[in-house]
Amino acid sequence: MKLSPSDRVLLLLTGILAGYQVAVGIDGFDTLPIIAYTVGFGVLLVAGLLIFILGFDVLDSPLVVIVSTIIPLSLATGLAWQYLASYRTSYLVFAIVSFLAVILTRAIPMRNKFPVFVLAVTHGVAGMTIFLLPIILSIQGKTPPLFALVGVGGALIGVGGLLLSFLKTGKPILSREIILKLFPALLLLTTAFFVAGFKFG
Amino acid sequence: MSIAQSQIVNLKSKIGAYWALTKPLQSGLLLATGLAGYMSARCPVLNIGTILGLAISLFLAIAGSTVLNMWWDRDIDAKMGRTQKRATSSGLVSENEVLRVGLLLSIIGVGWAVAMDALYGLIVFAGLFFDVVVYSIWLKRRTAWSIVWGGVSGAMPILAGRALGLGFIDWIGITLAFGVLLWIPTHTLTFSMKFAKDYEAACVPTFPSAYGLTATRITIAVSSVLAAAAMVVAGYGIGMAWGFLRLLGVLSAGLLILALVMTFRPSERVNFGLFKYASIYMLAAMILVVLEVM
Repeated sequence: MKLSPSDRVLLLLTGILAGYQVAVGIDGFDTLPIIAYTVGFGVLLVAGLLIFILGFDVLDSPLVVIVSTIIPLSLATGLAWQYLASYRTSYLVFAIVSFLAVILTRAIPMRNKFPVFVLAVTHGVAGMTIFLLPIILSIQGKTPPLFALVGVGGALIGVGGLLLSFLKTGKPILSREIILKLFPALLLLTTAFFVAGFKFG
Repeated sequence: MSIAQSQIVNLKSKIGAYWALTKPLQSGLLLATGLAGYMSARCPVLNIGTILGLAISLFLAIAGSTVLNMWWDRDIDAKMGRTQKRATSSGLVSENEVLRVGLLLSIIGVGWAVAMDALYGLIVFAGLFFDVVVYSIWLKRRTAWSIVWGGVSGAMPILAGRALGLGFIDWIGITLAFGVLLWIPTHTLTFSMKFAKDYEAACVPTFPSAYGLTATRITIAVSSVLAAAAMVVAGYGIGMAWGFLRLLGVLSAGLLILALVMTFRPSERVNFGLFKYASIYMLAAMILVVLEVM
């Protein structure tokens, strides 16, 4: 399926927003969150550019599973480091170990369900961190209310991850055409909510 | 159709043909590097007279050298599928007229540049000289290494722009020029791989024909990575804000990953991806330099 002009515009806007977040949106944070967010938004930016250049075929690459793990994992690590002071080290260890586990289970052929289990745990924990933590913090008044928008971005990236997973398993609940049609808009909305949440939160 | 109408139609098609001969996208990108080089000097960038003078003189000189190249290469262009429809090869414009237009654009461009600033004019002239005389006339049909001199010429606009802003040549200007010089093989070598048969038919030596595809891919990968490194170092030298450097680093990492994929898992699609990404990278780097000083 070819990219339409509107897909290209949406992807370009995604790239610009992610680029803005890397360049301006995370200034003033501690070193580790800066590294984590730079990696997360940087992958969003480069992935958006690669889809813009090469089209949706890029999503068929086996590397997509690994790349799509980096985004939630790095964003979740940044959030945990900033707002869950007592879990900093353990969350960082979880992030590194689970990322290595995802790479290994993808690189070594396995017939059992272990690769899926590793992926589910990694995405589940990271996804819930990005989705719930900002919302809870803003409800508790520990951050400004609009920080909850980061959580909305987390929910959307979860939807994006699910759609991609359906695409990869070959048993999508939505057709490939519909998933690809939704994907650029979903990517833009996700990035926009993240950027807005960090900016106004 | 009256004579006047037909003359207007002819004039329009000629202007269109000459516009295409200036390779507007490539000239525009080189012009962007010149403007970014000027702004990187953190001189009073809102001096409209200087900016306009820089833009017009540089564009005329770049367009002039491109037209002169087309004039010189018209015989080999006619043998290559990719270029045989160019106005110089298809006979849409006469050879002598193309030569005159190329010379006129070049003389006005370089003359204007010299009138603005002697050093700036000298660098613009050097770019034109390396492109037309050294690259096209002397080396292009003799050695695959001619692209290095094509690259040197492509690096001159950014050096010229910075020299105009500063009044002298500094290490940052040279590093920026190296960045562009090392970025150019990504373009030219990708083209020479994609259109290898064309170049072979025209008897133009290229890296793929002289050293093979693997060596060419490795050269592209190494030059892309070095180009990115040069841009980051230059950005640091300019005093780019930490956030902008971070973004440049992210974009450079994308270039590095594509270069590695092309080296170890080559395919035409990855080649094309790197080629396009490298253009976006350079444009983004120039935009960051401009934003930095705005």
